[in-house]
Amino acid sequence: MSARPPRRGLAALAPFLWLAVFFAFPFLLVAKLSLSDTALAMPPYAPRLDWSKGLQGLGDFARGLDLQTYGRLVTDRLYVAAYLSSLKFAGIATAILLMIGYPIAYGMSRCPPRLRQALLMAVILPFWTSFLIRIYAWIAILKPGGLLNQALGLLGLPPLALMDTDVAVYIGLVYAYLPFMVLPLYAVLERQDESLLEAAADLGCTPRQAFWRVTFPLSLPGVAAGALLCLIPMIGEFVIPDLLGGSGTLMLGKTIWTEFFANRDWPAASAVAIVLLATLIVPIAIYQRQQMKLLEADR
Amino acid sequence: MRRGPSAFNLASVILGLAFLYLPIVLLVVYSFNASRLVTVWGGFSTRWYAALLQDQQMLDAIGVTLRVGVVSATLATVLGTLAAVALTRAGRFRGRLVFSGMIYAPLVMPEVILGLSLLLLFVAFGLPRGVWTVTVSHATMTLCYAAVVIQARLIGFDRSLEEAARDLGRTPVQAFLEVTLPNIAPAVAAAWMLAFTLSLDDLVIASFTSGPGSTTLPMRIYSQVRLGVSPEINAVSTLLIGLVATGVIGAYLVQQRRRANP
Repeated sequence: MSARPPRRGLAALAPFLWLAVFFAFPFLLVAKLSLSDTALAMPPYAPRLDWSKGLQGLGDFARGLDLQTYGRLVTDRLYVAAYLSSLKFAGIATAILLMIGYPIAYGMSRCPPRLRQALLMAVILPFWTSFLIRIYAWIAILKPGGLLNQALGLLGLPPLALMDTDVAVYIGLVYAYLPFMVLPLYAVLERQDESLLEAAADLGCTPRQAFWRVTFPLSLPGVAAGALLCLIPMIGEFVIPDLLGGSGTLMLGKTIWTEFFANRDWPAASAVAIVLLATLIVPIAIYQRQQMKLLEADR
Repeated sequence: MRRGPSAFNLASVILGLAFLYLPIVLLVVYSFNASRLVTVWGGFSTRWYAALLQDQQMLDAIGVTLRVGVVSATLATVLGTLAAVALTRAGRFRGRLVFSGMIYAPLVMPEVILGLSLLLLFVAFGLPRGVWTVTVSHATMTLCYAAVVIQARLIGFDRSLEEAARDLGRTPVQAFLEVTLPNIAPAVAAAWMLAFTLSLDDLVIASFTSGPGSTTLPMRIYSQVRLGVSPEINAVSTLLIGLVATGVIGAYLVQQRRRANP
């Protein structure tokens, strides 16, 4: 690295100022609001900071904050259930995604290079296609009298009532996040040195043994990246449980949305968001470290 | 020699792609259905596309979405390029971890949290919600994606070219604009497209940050979907899928050709 003029830092500051204002700072507002109470006003919360009263206003404001909303979250069974069920949905869906995504990524990495490029494109394309539309497509398939049940009827099989159930939510989660699982797995599998497998074969490994002793352990960074990339956003997922799940399907993303839009309980929505954030902060930090390590390795 | 794909390998790839594409194909096919019942085939027809042209609310939503998409993607690409340059070039400066955290965290942060926090920001400062608040919010979310795409390309770029331009008397800004930028242009274009499609696609953040008169297309689709499946939604979805697919495949083919004859 050569010496460079210190001025370069100035232009680079712009995106970080932007993110500080529009990404980092708002979290403080969410935290503050989670300590406030609901009020019949617009915006619907109290206390509000009154600058005109100076320091005394600040004191009044601080005294108005309390942990009451969090108390409600812990004691209300619905919130606890939504929290646990979010973790369950995301955890199980991530496990299913690994089981489905790994063979796909592995199969892709075994194809001839020209075909691999086209396959990679084919996996990325649905990611560019609207998330909402892809979930909408499943409604027509899963609903009673929908395409799946028509197909089952043609085969003489009894219909399945999947729409508005947890099964439908799992299908939606796996479907929507599959590219996020396949791409990181493919990235590590494609790069793997083939001669390692030859060495394993020379040393008497069957192909199956070679896979479990060489290929799979070496692909673990991809497994971790794919799992985090799916798990973290799925815990806060809103669209999928809302459109495919039933009224009994509880997830935190849906809870925040309902508290905010239907119940107009902004402090509760904020408190749930803070709890969600506190849950995700460690996985997000691990994900960030891993991404930086990958980039350093490329350098 | 790389071992060829086994039957199991081929089967998993084919089944995987079938799973990814079947719902989309069905959606497109049924957009040409003459019947009002979405899942009962009543013959080929383009009547739902015609109905779309009559639906003023839907057309307004498309207009808002395109405006928000173009402006926010442009903003995000400029900011994302600067962020990528800072992250790849600046070495280990103090606060680098915080900076890169602000770039990577929004990529996986649930949208409900981003939407809620941005809304509270606009409310706290008494800003009226509308097209501009949605645009700023989308730029915030997508600039991180843009930064990551451009960063990947910048890492592979030979820094000495820019240094040569500096030695020949160019200012840092000139050297960047005349040497580096043309080299990373494909990544910048890809970043813009990604930011644009993400903005086109977003329901959650737009729902939190939009105001009267700034209903976006996904918000419109969502409110109709809640009432049930309708063939008109299939038609507008098909147009959206066609638009995005053409753009992405076109960009891919251009890149392939450039690679074939450099």
